[in-house]
Amino acid sequence: MSLNPEEVRRIVRLARLELSPEEAGRTRDQLNDILSFIEQLQAVDTTGVAPMAHAMDVVQRLRADAVTEPDRRDVFQAIAPETEAGLYLVPKVIE
Amino acid sequence: MNWEVVIGLETHAQLQTKSKIFSGAATAFGAEPNRQACAVDIALPGVLPVLNREAVVCAIKLGLAVGADIAPRSFFARKNYFYPDLPKGYQISQFEIPVVLGGTVPIRVSHGGTPIEKAVRLTRAHLEEDAGKSLHEDFHGKTGIDLNRAGTPLLEIVTEPDMCSSAEAVAYAKALHSLVTWIGICDGNMQEGSFRCDANVSVRRPGAPLGTRREIKNLNSFRFLQQAIDYEIGWQINEIEEGRKIGQATVLFDPDTGETRAMRSKEDAHDYRYFPDPDLLPLEITPVWIDEVKRGMPELPTAMQARFEAEFGLSAYDAAALTATRDTATYFEDCVTTAGKDNAKTCANWVMGELAARLNRDEMDTSASPVSAGQLAGMVRRIADGTLSSKLAKEVFEALWSGEAADADAIIESRGLKQMSDASAIEPIIDEVLAANPKSVEEFRAGKEKAFNALVGQIMKATKGKANPQQVNDLLRRKLTGA
Repeated sequence: MSLNPEEVRRIVRLARLELSPEEAGRTRDQLNDILSFIEQLQAVDTTGVAPMAHAMDVVQRLRADAVTEPDRRDVFQAIAPETEAGLYLVPKVIE
Repeated sequence: MNWEVVIGLETHAQLQTKSKIFSGAATAFGAEPNRQACAVDIALPGVLPVLNREAVVCAIKLGLAVGADIAPRSFFARKNYFYPDLPKGYQISQFEIPVVLGGTVPIRVSHGGTPIEKAVRLTRAHLEEDAGKSLHEDFHGKTGIDLNRAGTPLLEIVTEPDMCSSAEAVAYAKALHSLVTWIGICDGNMQEGSFRCDANVSVRRPGAPLGTRREIKNLNSFRFLQQAIDYEIGWQINEIEEGRKIGQATVLFDPDTGETRAMRSKEDAHDYRYFPDPDLLPLEITPVWIDEVKRGMPELPTAMQARFEAEFGLSAYDAAALTATRDTATYFEDCVTTAGKDNAKTCANWVMGELAARLNRDEMDTSASPVSAGQLAGMVRRIADGTLSSKLAKEVFEALWSGEAADADAIIESRGLKQMSDASAIEPIIDEVLAANPKSVEEFRAGKEKAFNALVGQIMKATKGKANPQQVNDLLRRKLTGA
């Protein structure tokens, strides 16, 4: 399996990246290398092997339900580009 | 021509935890913007999510309540999309293996006057985090972002396309709402967005394959759910009948116009590129843990309904009405415990009748009732022993409601409401009434039963409603017929 230029453009758009045609070509080559590596892996017979969702064979540790985080809005907003009335301001988004 | 409607619902229930699903920030509603948004919630670099145990307990409770499978191992995944109120660029959700699989929610609907029962099948329920809020009011041409809600735990409960009318969809949403509040995992506050529904709606000819569906987003009241689905069904049928095709779309309901309209969407808006979240390990739920949760759960509405029928001899209708909410069921049961099982039906009638009507009029929950279950039980006992007629009982109920006295007996005493059941006290009054109404007596003797009722009315009036109507009937008939 290999990606065509249109598929690469779609992935780039979904990732909100802006690539020059040259970069897009290089990215396509790299992605195709990764895909061919995965093809090699897929050749292994995995019958009877349970699918793995995580590389480590441990389970999730859980926290007790307690409020442990104080309000640090002023500290966080000191490094935000723009705030008003406690809100973070971003370029207008209209659905 | 006939059309068949197919509806599936996705409900987001906000879980009642103190802290967020992956951080220790508070979840309380109504805080000032961004006062409850910590470094994890605003996605500062280097932070890691840690799962809240209580959120998982809530999911297990729902699974047990709907008879679902609870996955011994489930996984968290990243759902990728860009929006400013989702600062990470992805929502942590569950994809391939959710925590709850299957299950059913029983509903009761009326089809052409006949009540039918139906079990709506659940596909799954999964844990996920909520996003923040975008405020589009004008901040000098910018959008304001409040991330207090970001990271609030949600359980998304997804049905199979099992409903075939807006009435069924509403019945399901109400049953699920009652269930999640009953087991205490969600406060059910729809205005605050704690319980919101998305409806997938399609239409088809009977027997034809499923039609293309459109998804109505974010319905936060049962009325909007009904209106939006009804409008959408009409719109889809009209489109097809006029020769147009339905395109898959996400639509919004506008309560002001009562219409649904498609959101402007890009072709790849739904390409979420899910993948397992490397920051979170598999969630393991052991049978021991499930048992522990089960032991802490209240009796479920369906079980309680069956018990009310068996133990108190109530009809299925009464038992269902009394178990519509946990508050009502608890109130009723407390009432019966004090009034005695023999008076269960009378308790049921008062809880579903006068009490429900008064609560409804004053827009109150059962738990806020000014008349306690114990007070109502005390009154029911005075009905049972003949002290109160139902008319006098209404007066006592009103007095209890307004807080006139602590119990029914005190009101009966102070207002002199005791029902007259002493024949020797009633008979002279009957004689007086007969003497004052010779015309009615004449008419009754001529065969007019109406005249009899008029006389009973006069006697009840003369006793200020305190006489036992049945006893008055008997005594009067005996006097008039000489029997």
